[in-house]
Amino acid sequence: MNAPIHKEHAELATEFVHNRERAKWHDSSLWFVRQKRDRQTHSIPEWEQLRELAATIKRHTLAKLPQYLEEFERNATRMGAVVHWARDAEEHNRIVLQILQEHGAKKIVKSKSMLTEECHLNPYLERNGIQVVDTDLGEWIVQLRNEPPSHIVMPAIHIKKQEISELFHDKLGTEDGNNDPTYLAGEARTHLRQKFVNADAGITGVNFAIAETGGFVVCTNEGNADLGVSIPDLHIACMGIEKLIPRARDLSVFTRLLGRSATGQPITAYTSHFHGPRPGCKLHIVLVDNGRSKIRASEDFHRSLNCIRCGACMNTCPVYRRSGGHSYSTTVPGPIGSILAPNRDAKSHGDLPFACTLCGSCTDVCPVKIDIHHQLLTWRKELAIQKVVPWTKRVSMSMAAAVLKRPWLYALGGKVARVGLRWMPRWMIYNGLNKWGKQRDLPPPPAKSFREQFRSRSKS
Amino acid sequence: MATAKDEILGALRKQVPIETPALPEVLEGDWIRYADPITQFSNLIAAVGGSCFVVAGIPDVVAQLESYSEYKKAKRVYSQVPGIETHFDLNSVASPKDLEDLDFVIYPGEFAVAENGAIWVTDKDLKHRVIFFITQHLVLVVPKSKLIHNMHEGYKRLSFEEPRFGLFVSGPSKTADIEQSLVIGAHGCRSMQVFLIDG
Ligand code: SF4
Repeated sequence: MNAPIHKEHAELATEFVHNRERAKWHDSSLWFVRQKRDRQTHSIPEWEQLRELAATIKRHTLAKLPQYLEEFERNATRMGAVVHWARDAEEHNRIVLQILQEHGAKKIVKSKSMLTEECHLNPYLERNGIQVVDTDLGEWIVQLRNEPPSHIVMPAIHIKKQEISELFHDKLGTEDGNNDPTYLAGEARTHLRQKFVNADAGITGVNFAIAETGGFVVCTNEGNADLGVSIPDLHIACMGIEKLIPRARDLSVFTRLLGRSATGQPITAYTSHFHGPRPGCKLHIVLVDNGRSKIRASEDFHRSLNCIRCGACMNTCPVYRRSGGHSYSTTVPGPIGSILAPNRDAKSHGDLPFACTLCGSCTDVCPVKIDIHHQLLTWRKELAIQKVVPWTKRVSMSMAAAVLKRPWLYALGGKVARVGLRWMPRWMIYNGLNKWGKQRDLPPPPAKSFREQFRSRSKS
Repeated sequence: MATAKDEILGALRKQVPIETPALPEVLEGDWIRYADPITQFSNLIAAVGGSCFVVAGIPDVVAQLESYSEYKKAKRVYSQVPGIETHFDLNSVASPKDLEDLDFVIYPGEFAVAENGAIWVTDKDLKHRVIFFITQHLVLVVPKSKLIHNMHEGYKRLSFEEPRFGLFVSGPSKTADIEQSLVIGAHGCRSMQVFLIDG
């Protein structure tokens, strides 16, 4: 196996959990969001029906993607937008730069867009003499720190307010030691207002693009996307080709699911519907493939393209919560990122499908019903076939396969473990071969196995 | 040489067809309804950091606004609601940049949704849509008869046949990007008041 260009997930996760207090804080921040989500979803009796509808609409769209892409292009053009197509990140960046140059735009405000992160648009534009400011507060914080977002919805979820205070003091000259979030956000507002007013162009992502009308929807809480594209004369919207939905009315399902799943809000503060440019202004839309058609071609993994990037699978994932977004070394981390990334590069991201307990919590919360944990399991098999599995896992997996094929050995193993786990010294259980032993202890083993319990129950 | 469009569509077309479920009905259905949508809506507006007032008519809106010190102090107020005074004509403003010091915007909402506290506004007859975002305080006025139960009823009312900007707005702008602490007033408005009036 080629060594990946970045450190493996397990190694980065080890570094993350090294600071116990911080890891615990990260874990509980995300669990707090998960609980908010639960409260919201429980207030909607038809929640499961909505998920089913969303899954059906997305499956339908994916099956007829070429047709809907063309329909979207036709209608967006009719509305007055200019539509571009990009095969990959490089082509996307080139197109955006060219549009900016044609308009003589030098100062850009950008709202949150995982696609432009994926394409590394910022460094590309900066190399070409263009100033880009990420205006979502969380994204701006990570931009000032010169690091990528660690979560797709809450980019700065890994950063403590003291660190933000120090950062702002250093970069903006805010009061030393003032950690009050209201104060810090207020300073950011004042500072960024000037950027908005003086921008030459605004770049946004897209949450949903509507084939039937040629419009698209952007959802934010801060109002940064709207402010950024309502002042300058040029708006560039960048989207992956999987963002399409067939009809405007489909939004009645998706707008009910997105905010509730993402942050436990009934809806985002701003759900903006763009159809064509403002009078006298320009709107460009860039449709990007960058590996998506390859995922669509995969029998096993095409369903991962239905993702609406709500982040719920991250908030609920026991591994993500305890290892932090940066440990995944991908733009989209967490469970869904662990399906998407190996599609791009199995060699360097082949460890991610193993950063999973197969607990299935991601699949339970996913608003578009992607069978996330099944796909992660499929990836493990696929990677074993491709022989890009780390040897520690290959050995333990073939041992497991041998045991599972022989019921007597499985039963014996269980017995040994139930007795052994109670009396074995700690180092035998939590050694270097068992990465799961880090930061967690096994519960005490039951006196009887499930099979034994079942037998004695059916006798009584 | 094939264009990017041809290549992307070509690659997608070559692929083995996957099962294509029919597009489902989404507007009609047994969707959530509230016995008292006004209370549901008001509570939600409060929960998202705004305030909602149920009043008889425009004079009550004016009276309520005048009780705010921010409103009385306001240097620049833009109103598109008949019966509420505006300080200037938006059509005479050349550039959206000239609206940076806007204090209050008072605007008619087309309809309001009880399930999530969202109000639909558009830039029809509006020269600068930036007013929704650049103002410090946003006041929306919606007739009670335009309060609906859920988003399905909402999209039933919407059509997008011409170039236009439309927005569901729900509460003032906010961020929780600093340690998940909710801060009201991120980049958009710092406060939002909704008036439900008779009619
Ligand atoms: S996979 Fe599902 S839960 Fe995860 S981000 Fe995408 S839509 Fe949300």
